[in-house]
Amino acid sequence: MDFIVANLPYLLTGISVGGQYALIAIGYTMVYGILRLINFAHGDLFMIAGFIMVYASASLPLYISLPLVIILTVVLGVLIERVAYKPLRSAPRMSVMISAIGVSYLLQNFAWYVTGGLAKIYPEIPWISDSVQIGPVSTSRITIITPILTIVLIIALVVLIKRTKIGMAMRAVSRDFETSQLMGININRVISTTFIIGSFLAAIGSILYFSRYTTVTPTIGAMPGLKAFVAAVFGGIGSIPGAVIGAFIIGICENIIKALGYTTFSDAFTFALLIVILIFKPTGLFGEKESEKV
Amino acid sequence: MSLIEVRDMKVRYGGIEALKGVSFDVEEGSIVTLIGANGAGKSTTLKTIAGLVKPVEGTITYNGEDITGLEPQKLVSKGIVLVPEGRRVFGNLSVYENLRIGAYLIKDKAQIEAQLEHVYDLFPRLKERSWQLAGTLSGGEQQMLAVGRALMAQPKVIMMDEPSLGLAPIIVRGIFDIIKKINEEGTTVLLIEQNANAALRVAHHGYVMETGNVTMEGTGQALLNDTRVREAYLGKAK
Ligand SMILES: Nc1ncnc2c1ncn2[C@@H]1O[C@H](COP(=O)(O)OP(=O)(O)O)[C@@H](O)[C@H]1O
Ligand SMILES: [Mg+2]
Repeated sequence: MDFIVANLPYLLTGISVGGQYALIAIGYTMVYGILRLINFAHGDLFMIAGFIMVYASASLPLYISLPLVIILTVVLGVLIERVAYKPLRSAPRMSVMISAIGVSYLLQNFAWYVTGGLAKIYPEIPWISDSVQIGPVSTSRITIITPILTIVLIIALVVLIKRTKIGMAMRAVSRDFETSQLMGININRVISTTFIIGSFLAAIGSILYFSRYTTVTPTIGAMPGLKAFVAAVFGGIGSIPGAVIGAFIIGICENIIKALGYTTFSDAFTFALLIVILIFKPTGLFGEKESEKV
Repeated sequence: MSLIEVRDMKVRYGGIEALKGVSFDVEEGSIVTLIGANGAGKSTTLKTIAGLVKPVEGTITYNGEDITGLEPQKLVSKGIVLVPEGRRVFGNLSVYENLRIGAYLIKDKAQIEAQLEHVYDLFPRLKERSWQLAGTLSGGEQQMLAVGRALMAQPKVIMMDEPSLGLAPIIVRGIFDIIKKINEEGTTVLLIEQNANAALRVAHHGYVMETGNVTMEGTGQALLNDTRVREAYLGKAK
């Protein structure tokens, strides 16, 4: 019991971090599901969302800067797709992948250019950063909000995909571009919708993440981005529930490892996990067998 | 004026010229078939009409209107629908969802419901299986679903690419009965078949394609009786 109480903060943090990874991981897994593309720029979009908040909140009140961060991140996400991926729709997959890596570097270098490479302090968002008491443990309110908000958003997303017309179109397009077009589906619109959702969730994830970690740097998207990516692979890339479960497992394990005193190895764990999955179950927990598009 | 008029259509895949100037007509209310060996360019012809492939030359008119190179969704909304080769049902969607997605561009709920009833009447099997994932259906059921899904768009012209391919003879007969029935209800049919015999029997008019060209045409009956057609496509030397 004492052990649990002593380690409860780590567990709570793990759940919370897991939720943040989940919000990012969904963007990877949905884009992969539709375009069979690993969107390497996704972690950097998350970073840019952080900087947008830094600059927006400097001159605007929160009730404007928060929605603005979300809107601008979504616009940027859709713009990246239009400019860097859409022209390559019928190109080999490797070309699109390389284009994604290019966008990733472009965003990082743009951030270097604008910030001069200096870490920026993320604004404190009142209320969600306040500390609260859970039993014997004191933690910030964000630790509690993150998993709840994550679950609510994921339920909404699942309902959208399973129960609405656009969701049905997304499932159809993810299976077969050409036949979807024959149904009268505008595949570009469906792909844009996917990027809107992924970017929206990444923006929310960034607000929650940086409220806890407080500084934004041009390369800060890399680590959470990579972990979210591993979560998506672990869950079976293309599967939303898989990505979410993967993200929570990684978030929790990482923090348990920290609790056990092996903080240095907490990042290594994620990558060891990636190697183990790729060796033993490349399709991940819920991944379908690679159904190559015809 | 015919409902669809294809004139001198040329299509290229990279360096390969798949269609070298194809011309043919589809009369409103008729069943027209394109027959020919593998690789003759039949599928390419249908894909080009459906807007999936852009021709480098030539025109396609529909009801007198030039529709060359329009996007597939435009053509679907005009009533030109393709049942693709190999059925291509969405295996990850239920039978019901596959049918609903066939009516993707139709806004009127009542119209969709009525059409759904109609498709279920044509294919009672689909109604029994409406909640099953389409990927778990048998080949014949998937073909019914592919045709039913196309009908959900309320097409004026339905194009079918080898609907009988790989199906048991008894199911093939059922498919041809359905084709006749759809046509009797007023839908124009443009049919591709390897099974030239069955296709020419139901067709009012037929065209023979060879390596990217139309080489012969005639009524279904005339082609059935033609010696060259019999030798090349019906496997009956005479
Ligand atoms: N996507 C494609 N890319 C390159 N060549 C193709 C493609 N589709 C068809 N072809 C070629 O075009 C020619 C006509 O093919 P197709 O229209 O499928 O013929 P059919 O349906 O009569 O068997 C063939 O030589 C085929 O190899
Ligand atoms: Mg073919």
